[in-house]
Amino acid sequence: MAAHLKKRVYEEFTKVVQQQHEDLSTKKLRLTKPSKSAALHVDLCKATSPADALQYLLQFARKPVEVESVEGVVRILLEHYYKENDASVRLKIASLLGLLSKTAGFSPDCIMDDAINTLQNEKSHQVLAQLLDTLLVIGTKLPENPSVRMRLVEVACKHLTDSSHGVRNKCLQLMGCLGPVEKGVAKEVESQAAKDVQKIIGDHFNDQDPRVRTAAIKAMLQLHERGLKLQQAIYSQACKLLADDYEQVRSAAVQLIWVLSQLYPESIVPIPSSNEEIRLVDDAFGKICHMVSDGSWVVRVQAAKLLGSMQQVSSHFLEQTLDKKLMSDLRRKRTAHERAKELYSSGEFSSGRKWGDDAPKEEIDTGAVNLIESGACGAFVHGLEDEMYEVRIAAVEALCMLAQSSPSFAEKCLDFLVDMFNDEIEEVRLQSIHTMRKISHNITLREDQLDTVLAVLEDSSRDIREALHELLCCTNVSTKEGIHLALVELLKNLTKYPTDRESIWKCLKFLGSRHPTLVLPLVPELLSTHPFFDTPEPDMDDPAYIAVLVLIFNAAKSCPTMPALFSDHTFRHYAYLRDSLSHLVPALRLPGRKLVSSAVSPSITPHEDPSQQFLHQSLERVYNFQHLDPQGIQELLEFTIRDLQRLGELQSELAGMADFTATYLQCQLLLIKALQEKLWNVAAPLYLKQNALASAAAKQILEETYKMEFMYSGVESRQVVIIHHMRLQAKALQLIVTARTTRGVEPLFGMCEKFLQEVDSFQRCFISELPHMQGSFVDKLLDLMPRLVTSKPSEVVKILQTTLRQSTFLHLPLPEQLHRATANIIEPTGESDNPLRFTSGLVVALDVDATLEHVQDPQGTVKVQVLYPDGQAQLIHPKPADFRNPGPGRHRLITQVYLSHTAWTEPCQIEVRLLLAYNSNKSKASTRIPKSTWSESLEALPPSENGIEGTIPFSKPVKVYIMPKPARR
Amino acid sequence: GAGQDVGRSCILVSIAGKNVMLDCGMHMGYNDDRRFPDFSYITQNGRLTDFLDCVIISHFHLDHCGALPYFSEMVGYDGPIYMTHPTKAICPILLEDYRKITVDKKGETNFFTSQMIKDCMKKVVAVHLHQTVQVDEELEIKAYYAGHVLGAAMFQIKVGCESVVYTGDYNMTPDRHLGAAWIDKCRPDLLISESTYATTIRDSKRCRERDFLKKVHETVERGGKVLIPVFALGRAQELCILLETFWERMNLKAPIYFSTGLTEKANHYYKLFITWTNQKIRKTFVQRNMFEFKHIKAFDRAFADNPGPMVVFATPGMLHAGQSLQIFRKWAGNEKNMVIMPGYCVQGTVGHKILSGQRKLEMEGRQILEVKMQVEYMSFSAHADAKGIMQLIRQAEPRNVLLVHGEAKKMEFLKQKIEQEFHVSCYMPANGETTTILTNPCIPVDISLGLLKRETAIAPLPDAKKPKLMHGTLLMKDNSFRLVSPEQALKELGLAEHQLRFTCRVHIQDPRKEHETVLRVYNHLKGILKDYSVQHLPDGSITVESILIQATAHSEDQGTKVLLVSWTYQDEELGSYLTSLLKKGLPQSTP
Repeated sequence: MAAHLKKRVYEEFTKVVQQQHEDLSTKKLRLTKPSKSAALHVDLCKATSPADALQYLLQFARKPVEVESVEGVVRILLEHYYKENDASVRLKIASLLGLLSKTAGFSPDCIMDDAINTLQNEKSHQVLAQLLDTLLVIGTKLPENPSVRMRLVEVACKHLTDSSHGVRNKCLQLMGCLGPVEKGVAKEVESQAAKDVQKIIGDHFNDQDPRVRTAAIKAMLQLHERGLKLQQAIYSQACKLLADDYEQVRSAAVQLIWVLSQLYPESIVPIPSSNEEIRLVDDAFGKICHMVSDGSWVVRVQAAKLLGSMQQVSSHFLEQTLDKKLMSDLRRKRTAHERAKELYSSGEFSSGRKWGDDAPKEEIDTGAVNLIESGACGAFVHGLEDEMYEVRIAAVEALCMLAQSSPSFAEKCLDFLVDMFNDEIEEVRLQSIHTMRKISHNITLREDQLDTVLAVLEDSSRDIREALHELLCCTNVSTKEGIHLALVELLKNLTKYPTDRESIWKCLKFLGSRHPTLVLPLVPELLSTHPFFDTPEPDMDDPAYIAVLVLIFNAAKSCPTMPALFSDHTFRHYAYLRDSLSHLVPALRLPGRKLVSSAVSPSITPHEDPSQQFLHQSLERVYNFQHLDPQGIQELLEFTIRDLQRLGELQSELAGMADFTATYLQCQLLLIKALQEKLWNVAAPLYLKQNALASAAAKQILEETYKMEFMYSGVESRQVVIIHHMRLQAKALQLIVTARTTRGVEPLFGMCEKFLQEVDSFQRCFISELPHMQGSFVDKLLDLMPRLVTSKPSEVVKILQTTLRQSTFLHLPLPEQLHRATANIIEPTGESDNPLRFTSGLVVALDVDATLEHVQDPQGTVKVQVLYPDGQAQLIHPKPADFRNPGPGRHRLITQVYLSHTAWTEPCQIEVRLLLAYNSNKSKASTRIPKSTWSESLEALPPSENGIEGTIPFSKPVKVYIMPKPARR
Repeated sequence: GAGQDVGRSCILVSIAGKNVMLDCGMHMGYNDDRRFPDFSYITQNGRLTDFLDCVIISHFHLDHCGALPYFSEMVGYDGPIYMTHPTKAICPILLEDYRKITVDKKGETNFFTSQMIKDCMKKVVAVHLHQTVQVDEELEIKAYYAGHVLGAAMFQIKVGCESVVYTGDYNMTPDRHLGAAWIDKCRPDLLISESTYATTIRDSKRCRERDFLKKVHETVERGGKVLIPVFALGRAQELCILLETFWERMNLKAPIYFSTGLTEKANHYYKLFITWTNQKIRKTFVQRNMFEFKHIKAFDRAFADNPGPMVVFATPGMLHAGQSLQIFRKWAGNEKNMVIMPGYCVQGTVGHKILSGQRKLEMEGRQILEVKMQVEYMSFSAHADAKGIMQLIRQAEPRNVLLVHGEAKKMEFLKQKIEQEFHVSCYMPANGETTTILTNPCIPVDISLGLLKRETAIAPLPDAKKPKLMHGTLLMKDNSFRLVSPEQALKELGLAEHQLRFTCRVHIQDPRKEHETVLRVYNHLKGILKDYSVQHLPDGSITVESILIQATAHSEDQGTKVLLVSWTYQDEELGSYLTSLLKKGLPQSTP
């Protein structure tokens, strides 16, 4: 009904405007609200030539159109469409129709008939294609209307015979996007239209135009994505397309084959040349492998990527991908890998290569050699040797995925991965190291492989070295020589790049704890102890010595015989290291060292951690404080906060949890302090001091709540509610303070309204959580809501004040994992006394290197702030490419900050720090609202709630000495 | 040249009346007349310029371009010579060097002079990759990237719709400074491919590189010196890049030296032709040109005696003379040092001797040199292996393959493989032998638009993949072919139209009356020919489209009916089908 009314309104309206055009003197019409459609119509009528009309349309397209007037505009456009002779104008109109039907909130079913009608008389192929595009938009806007879809698909079928590729393209696209997915439904709706869309699309696999062929395959893939089960019959068709002349077609065909292989992995297909039959997934795998040596690199990348996800392939086929039979002058030759293996197994490690060492041995039967196998032979060998690094990366990724699912394959691909450590492109090297780490649980490194791996430790790129350390952390080494080799290389690395210290120690820690039995025979040598002579005591501050000790102590943890080999000073050093580097050195049960053994009471099982217990106990205590007097509460809170903070410092695993709760308690403490009875008992406006205290508290609570919400990873919705609740309380406090300090009622009206809106939105966002919040501030507030809405600001304030004071303190349930986002600026170190000199007015680049932990989406949130001595602050958004991700939850920011300033007379320090930007819009609360309702609630939400953006400093500021010199003239 | 042989590549191709010479190389194994191709094969009398349409040089190796000045200046050829830009730049340097060695060192006379090289180069036309060059109206050539060495190219030669692809030397696996050969699906009639490694499938390059780097690194760390004898161009640059990046990555400090002279000049060209190198170098040259070596410096004779580790690249590659041999003598005595032979060594050279394990070498003047340094062999070769060749064939999809530049025995194997895998015929002619390959040339014919539209309108959808039957008249007039409608042809030729009708009598045993027979025939035809308009005319005849069928009773035997079928020439297909149909008789079952 409403739509109908609207229609009428606009019909009338257009008439009126036409009059205006004819008779400009009519003054009455100025009163009508100038509308888009009207203006457009006038313009179009004015247009004398097609070029003019096109200009008007272009201008019109730049402006947005309101939902209400869309239909009117569409009608006007259509009217002109029929009149227009010039194809380009019609094209523009058609595209505008598509744009307009995209308008949010507009239901395009009313214009569908017209749009379909226009198709009938259209001659120009381009316009036809554009119209079909428009129909596609309309169709996608009406997802739950099968009859409309059927109709559109039929229209598309009709135009499939068009001679222009563009039109056929669009038709296929339309069928892909709108074609019926559930067969049963389609039959019911219209039996003759249930012509199999799949079949029709399939027929166009052989179209003469490659673009149409591509579109057909894409449409098929689209159908698959929408949930239609593709028929197996397509498989043979798709296989033929693999030999197509055009790369887009081949690329799409590879995808289609992959999809089919996932759908029908177990069905049997015949091998064309013989009578044998194989599983479809194997056949598809072979075919895709074949595409890894395709002429076009786009196809190669695609093929290599998809290989990784074909996990059902039988191992026989899988292993062929790494097989490449070598021959030289028709004689079988062993690969270097095989030779290395043999050398290793024969016990001889490094022999100087002789000329002819790799001389081929056995004769090959010429008939048996198949130069281009149709199967999977050597696909990865080719992929890893490819010219384009994109292909190589894709191949490494695929290897990784396949190796993760098949241990035997992992063992086999090891050689190739190790080879990739020497790739010329750093990205590839890095990727292969990461891959190796991911599959490391499946493999054991041979000594010669380890040798190659370790050679990379000297790489000058820090990323590579750190990745390699990570890898070594989780590698299995087979022999004690291997361990020794690793240690020697790591120490070499340490002397060459002293900054890697931490990372190397960590690496040795894991290496030791993984291979206690292999370390054991090495101990005397490593500690250079001697059965008869006392050896000099090594320097305790030598990082290399510490590294060795870390290795040994960690091995000793699960090897009780080891401490017997230690000399006296080793025990002393152990005690020292256990204190100073507690995260690296485990607790050992040393005989005769009472002190150490008693410190670690054996009764404690790891998950019953005392500190965890302490945390929970102290929280329990706090939550039960209701019975205490206010003074007692405050004291209790203060002590608990102190305890928690100390706990966080001591126990790094619990730091996030402890800080988080401490912050929360701090907020509560502030709130309680601000609400102290004495303060508010005075009827008169608060005096300055009290005012300052309360408002400062409110402000701080707000800040803290933002920190709690955005700085911790692992915060769940339960916590978010409580954080928001706390924020609401702070806002209430703010309101009360303002009410008590300002005279006059006008400003209060606005504030009250805003606050009530916030309460409202809180209720809407967290409706599901409200039952858990019995007796809380919000709970009470919502009960009083009807009263609040109607009452005056002063009353509202009064109510708020009492509720605030009476409301109970909410428990903060702790999530399983909670980590505080931290950042540590490694560079600049801030120790330099030499100022960075540059000419004022020009820029100087400052290298910033920082590690970030537990930051979600660092690309979007982390900023660099530079504070100049004059108070000027500069905010820099680092490029997304500047963030590396060396491990889960860890990020590394390596970027350049450009500084500039006017000339100074003497060098001064600037501060560089990292900030975490947040936007309450993107908070966890709002993401919980389903997208469809978002557009509605958008209007209702108060603007303040939408866009609170802010930043939290989360790293220690670093001072940099700079000196802008005056420019010489 | 280069038939079942490596060296003096020179192939003569006659394609659709055009003669093209591919490469013009010398043979390294000979010092007499056999070192150059025998140009008398081309033509016995008359100038070469008249006979050859163009000469194409694939790359700058002397076995592909060594005889060029001799050919163009001394034998006499003034036509165009095509090569890529880097080849054109580097080729004269090598030729000059070659000339110097033969003339100045060996004292040969009757050899080309520097001036001749210059004159020869003036005839060269440089081409870009993928640029189609029209040699004349019909002949066009196009270069594809071939890897192998800087500027190496494969050439497609096309006349009309016949085409030949000549690969020159190519490499299908990328190396540190060059990419892999690539060709599109050009479906040539003939692919002439090199087949140096026809029977070899090589191991991955990475292992070899890694080994090489490890060896060098270890020696340098020990404080030893590494000597790498190389030839000036090609592998030398690859190894330089390899070492340079390794030094960069590993932060090594030991100096690397590069013998001056030819190589320095060549490096200059590598710097210039960045677009011809591989992805990595192309992508990073904005920051730093990889050929502007940071760690590699020019070598001076005096450096050889410097203490401490160093790596030296020195020419020539087989340790038979020159700087590399001098350095070798100096360093051979120390077991810390190492010599790495990156390529093949000819028998009789010092390189070959030490590789075969000889530890005591007799030098000139009866000196005995004891070799204590380590000797390593690393093969870095830039030819496609058997798999690579097959891959190229798969990419290009030729109709015939011709193998050159390889040994006969090895070719035999590859030939057999190619025929087996791709089902295309493969040839391997010897020097001086001519192979004739039949092609299916297509002849373009002009068709009038009206006719085309009319003919396409009949069939529902044009399908480019399938040949389509069209009716029209082929007019051959003034050296051009045109397809026109019959009416127009008649008009143009001034001929009157003749009607050609076929008539045929079919006897049918049918005792019934004539009109009943007709009705039966009608029903029968109607039943079978559903797509055609079958009509029963009132005068007792049947028409199927424009074919007329009449039935009369046989004059003698009333049981036999004679069906008269008559059609025009245009309906021949349908008419003959009808008669054969009717001859089979009518179905016995009467309705």
